Amino acid sequence: MLSTFLAVLRRDLLLAWRGRADVLVTLAFFVIVVCLFPFGVGAEPNQLRAIAPGVLWVAALLACLLSLHRLFAQDYADGTLEQLLLSSEPAALWVTAKVLAFWLSTGLPVVAVAPGLALLLDLEQGALPVLVLSLALGTPILGLLGAVGAALTLGLRGGGMLLALLVLPLFVPVLIFGAGAVEAEMSGSGAAAHLLLLGGGLAGALALAPWACAAALRITTD
Amino acid sequence: MLEVEDLACLKGDRLLFRDLALRLQAGELLRIAGPNGVGKTSLLRLVTGLALPEAGEIRWRGESIRREREAFHRELLYLGHAPAINDLLSPLENLRFACAAAGDEVDADSCMQALVRIGLENQLDLPARVLSQGQRRRVSLARLFLSGRRALWVLDEPFTALDVKAVADLAQALSEHCAAGGMVMLTTHQDAPFALTPRVLDVGAYAC
Repeated sequence: MLSTFLAVLRRDLLLAWRGRADVLVTLAFFVIVVCLFPFGVGAEPNQLRAIAPGVLWVAALLACLLSLHRLFAQDYADGTLEQLLLSSEPAALWVTAKVLAFWLSTGLPVVAVAPGLALLLDLEQGALPVLVLSLALGTPILGLLGAVGAALTLGLRGGGMLLALLVLPLFVPVLIFGAGAVEAEMSGSGAAAHLLLLGGGLAGALALAPWACAAALRITTD
Repeated sequence: MLEVEDLACLKGDRLLFRDLALRLQAGELLRIAGPNGVGKTSLLRLVTGLALPEAGEIRWRGESIRREREAFHRELLYLGHAPAINDLLSPLENLRFACAAAGDEVDADSCMQALVRIGLENQLDLPARVLSQGQRRRVSLARLFLSGRRALWVLDEPFTALDVKAVADLAQALSEHCAAGGMVMLTTHQDAPFALTPRVLDVGAYAC
């Protein structure tokens, strides 16, 4: 049962490593977007500190969106997707493996560099663990929801734009609770409620999104 | 074993064929014939369950393939028009992944032997992007030697881009599969030296 899951996970991580330029582009995009804000709104520390959680979260969300269309595109073009759909293993299983590999290669680096960028925006050091935790819980949700959108827009002309229109509204709750967690920690009211909601969202997305994604893939390859 | 009844295929808003029926028994080799665009590939995709028919039913061992999808896919080997080869991976990595993804337990040695047998002993570790069309086709065909116990082989234009010797080898492998009680369903516009004469189904006869 796990052999397909592990085979897909191993292959996608290997492909991410061989095509690491793509991964670095996503990461560079995240860093540059965050660095643009001090130029735009002025380098006033109080102001930067106030907008830091939102800026970091929106940048992480856009970086995720930037690479989402790659999730199935290559496999769709070269016929691998058809072969995977003909596997006797449940499709939701290898879809989960693909999203996991996608998160490890694009979400995790973003989570890892976020604390450094937060310091650049003068975020309190006490709020850094909450920022990392909120991103670590939230970015997998973005990947899971985005995978459904990527599957639905597969093979369409201008699919990238449509994908953004489709999934950005779905990202809003994640953004609210993710950035909200850091703000709550800064204001001293505690981030536990926000983080628990993000955790619940992740559990729900993990349970439902792979099935929806598998169904969408069967429709788009029909 | 494989029964297709009253099959109709809709592509966009055009009906490609209808009332198509076929029956495939153990040991049979079936060639799907017909001019370009008549729906040969569509028929193969319907039979594999990748596409849904507009009407009609497909049964494997008496059970509808939609109801018993996983059991059917365990016995099916489909090689489509796209060779399912990733450019960044070597032929060996591609082949091992293809087998593992399909759910076949195959070790690296058997994969290597299959690739050597199909004539890629010098390209085992090259990235697939430097391979020629024929060599890429061979990588995907190597699965035939590894997933042989799968009873039904559905092959879409397997001879495309292959040289004369490779065509003869493949034709022999298909004949052997049929002789061992397997079934092969393929499309081709080429004459291949099969040991047994393939039965021919002309999709054009059912065109709308």
